[in-house]
Amino acid sequence: MVSPTSEQLLTYADGALILSHRLSEWMSNAPTMEEDIALGNIALDLLGQARGLLQHLGNEDELAYFREPQEFRNPLLCELPNGDYAHAMIRQLFADAWFAEVWPQLAADGTVDIDVRGVAEKAVKENAYHWRHSSAWVVRLGDGTDESHRRTQDALDAIWPYRGEVASDQWYARVEPVLAQATLTTPGRDAWIQRGSADGWHTEHLGYLLAEMQSLARAHPGATW
Amino acid sequence: MKTTSGQWPLWEVFLRSRNGLHHQHVGSVHAVDAEMAVANARDVYTRRGEGVSIWVVPSAAIVASDPGEKGELFEPALDKVYRHPTFYEIPDGVANI
Repeated sequence: MVSPTSEQLLTYADGALILSHRLSEWMSNAPTMEEDIALGNIALDLLGQARGLLQHLGNEDELAYFREPQEFRNPLLCELPNGDYAHAMIRQLFADAWFAEVWPQLAADGTVDIDVRGVAEKAVKENAYHWRHSSAWVVRLGDGTDESHRRTQDALDAIWPYRGEVASDQWYARVEPVLAQATLTTPGRDAWIQRGSADGWHTEHLGYLLAEMQSLARAHPGATW
Repeated sequence: MKTTSGQWPLWEVFLRSRNGLHHQHVGSVHAVDAEMAVANARDVYTRRGEGVSIWVVPSAAIVASDPGEKGELFEPALDKVYRHPTFYEIPDGVANI
């Protein structure tokens, strides 16, 4: 097995960091109080995973708060706006299926730094719960009322093109049965794929996200609690 | 699924702590089914490592005593202090009890 490059680790770290921020935007806005707390828990898990990797890669604050959008390597999927709850859960399903492949690989890779393996081992359990949460919601919404089905199909159609950076055979094998159980129609593995972030291209949404996420650290460099 | 009040059904949550022998009531959550109730209970009540086991019970399944019968149910016990183990003096000769 080829050891992951720093660039790959940065992709995982940025993916977790940016998705964590997106989930944190749900705080006080989720459909129920219980879901509000669930999303907060997931966001904190992802933030912990991102921090573990960023600390290995350099100065975590420098990396999180003082890079420009084109320097981020997260899959575009992670920066997509929240939309409605169906969008949030489809996005989460796609990301959880990606991490379900990433973390066990890192944890089992003897060539990987021991600290990174530690992060990955912890993340495997966290991810298993995230997956349970997102897949249950996708099935519930997709196979729910007419309106929830329509909205979830819309979300799937809108987010499917962003699977390119996270999809593998394993990924499809995880995601497709859930979508089928949710009575949703996938546009297909061959459907059009959005260009990825590897060369620094992002959606227009990342700039706004970072403006908010980085504003405090940039206004008060070195600030602590 | 919604009840007539527009809310999801209520579930009572019981947790067994790491060193606890029995489950204790900790609060309640809203959920559409038992599976979601366990998930919500996990998210709401075990964030600080409080539990190693979760029970959920539909709140509607709980039968409560009538507050109006408080007097006849509980007051007779108030003046029977001899039922408490601390009521008795233990002779010095008894090492363990």
